[in-house]
Amino acid sequence: MFTSLHAAIAAAEKESTSLSAVALALEAKDQGRPVAEIRDALRRALVVMRGAVEQGLVGDLKSASGLVGGDAAKVHQSVAGPFSGTPFASVIARALAVQEVNAAMGVIVAAPTAGGAGVLPAVLTGLAEAKQIDDERLIDALATAGLIGAVVAERASLSGAEGGCQAETGAAAGMAAGAATEMLGGTPRQVGHAVALAQQGTLGLVCDPLGGLVELPCVFRNATGAAIALAAVEMALAGVEFAIPADEVIDTMGEIGRSMDVRYRETAGGGLAATPTGRRLAKERLVSIKRSGA
Amino acid sequence: MVSLLDIIGPVMVGPSSSHTAGACRLGLLARNLVGGTPERALVELHGSFARTGEGHGTDKAIVGGLMGFRPDDERIRTALDIAEREGLAYSFDKAKLGEENEVHPNTVRITLERAERSHVMMGSSLGAGRVFVTEIDGFPVEVHGNHHTIVLVAEDVKGSVARIAGLLADDGINIATLRLTRKQKGGDAFMVIEVDDPPGEEVRDHLRAFPWVRWAHRLDKVSG
Repeated sequence: MFTSLHAAIAAAEKESTSLSAVALALEAKDQGRPVAEIRDALRRALVVMRGAVEQGLVGDLKSASGLVGGDAAKVHQSVAGPFSGTPFASVIARALAVQEVNAAMGVIVAAPTAGGAGVLPAVLTGLAEAKQIDDERLIDALATAGLIGAVVAERASLSGAEGGCQAETGAAAGMAAGAATEMLGGTPRQVGHAVALAQQGTLGLVCDPLGGLVELPCVFRNATGAAIALAAVEMALAGVEFAIPADEVIDTMGEIGRSMDVRYRETAGGGLAATPTGRRLAKERLVSIKRSGA
Repeated sequence: MVSLLDIIGPVMVGPSSSHTAGACRLGLLARNLVGGTPERALVELHGSFARTGEGHGTDKAIVGGLMGFRPDDERIRTALDIAEREGLAYSFDKAKLGEENEVHPNTVRITLERAERSHVMMGSSLGAGRVFVTEIDGFPVEVHGNHHTIVLVAEDVKGSVARIAGLLADDGINIATLRLTRKQKGGDAFMVIEVDDPPGEEVRDHLRAFPWVRWAHRLDKVSG
C-alpha cells in the first residue's frame, strides 16, 4: 500500500480517478488477488459494521464490568438535544452503539482497532443513510479509509499502547473524515485536507482507560472522535485547506506518541484512569469481574 | 507491507484487537503443535496480558483459539464453559517471560498436551490483531501467521533443501518463501517455509520421517 497520502493523491490525480480506485488497484496488485475479491471482503466488513450499529442502538448490552452500555439508545431516542433527529446525532449514537457492542464482546470490525472501531462505521453509514449513498460507494469509501489507515500504520502507529488514543480514535477520525469526504464527492486533494483537519484535532490525545479495559472513556471517545471527523468533512468539502500536509500531521502524531509518557499509553497509569473515581471504579469492577468469572 | 484489509479488519469479537483477537490467534496457532484440541493447557500470561487480560476476555479468547474458534466466533464468550464440557483442562498463570525491553508487553507462553504429544509455544500480540510467534519448543522462530508455515530443524546434510522442496511438491504444496539459517558449518539448519496451501498433519509426519530432520511443525495461517 502507499506509504504517503501525497503519493496516493498524486497517483489519483495523474489518472484522473479517486483515491479508492488507486487504493483498490494497488491492494489487488500487492495481494495478487482481483479487485472484486478485495471489494467482497470490504462488503463483508460493511455487513458486520451495520449489524453492530443495529445491535448497539437497541440498548440492552452491558460490558464485562458494567461500566458502559445503553447510552447509544439514549442518544438515538432523544429529542432533547440541539441536533436530535439530525445526521449528526445519528452518527454520535452509532459510534456509541458499535463501541458498546465491542465492550460487550459482540462482533465488530476492528477498523483500525477494536478500541477505535466505532468512528468509521458511524460516520460512513450515518452519512450514507442521510445522503442516500449506495453500497458500492460505501465500499469505495472503506477502501479509502483503509488506505489512510495503512499510511498512518506505516508512518506513525495504530496502537494505543504505542501512541496513545490519537493513534486509535484519532487515526479512526482521520480515516472516517477522508473516506466520507470522497464518498460525498470531494476530490483526492480535499480528502487529504480532511485527514489533516481531523487528525490535527486529536494530536496529543492520551489512552487512559479505567482498569485498562476498552470501556471508559473509549466508548465516549469514539463519539467525540466521530464529531471531530464530521467537523473535518464539513470544512474540507467547503474548500477549507489545512496548511500542514496530512503526511506531516501523521508524522507529528507518531512523534508525539513516541515521546508520550508510558502512563498515557494504555497502561491505566495516568489520565482518567488515575483519577480518584477512576481508580475506585476500576478496583470495584475488576473485583466483580473476577467474582462473576466473566 | 500493510494491507488495506489489515486496517479494515479483522471481523472479531470485542473488546480488544490485541487482547482478544490477537490472543485468539495465538491460541489457534498453538493448537497446530498438537494437531487438534489439546487435553491439557497451561497458559502463562506476561505483562499487559497478565494485568488486564481478564477484563478483555484474553483467557476466553486463548482457550477459544485452542479449540479452533476463529476471532469472530461468538462462542469465545463462553469458551471457558465449553472447554470444561469438551474435556480441555486449562490453567492460567501470571509469569515474567523476559525483561521489559526484550519481551513485548502482550506475550503468552502456552504449554499443550494431547495424546503423546507435548509442545510449548511463546508468542506476542502486536496490536490490530497481528501476532508473532517467537519460540516453539525452545527454538527461536519468526512466524506471523499470515501464511501457512512449516518450521523445521535439520542436520546440515547436502541436498536437504532440495529433498524438502521435492517432498512438499509431491504433497501438492507450493512454496511461497523459504528462509534458511545456520549458525555454523555442519551445525543444525533452521528453516521457515511459507507455503500457499495448508500442509496437513501428514506433511509434518513425512518431514519428520527424514532421519536428518530433528524437529518439524506446521502452522496454518490465522490471518490474510
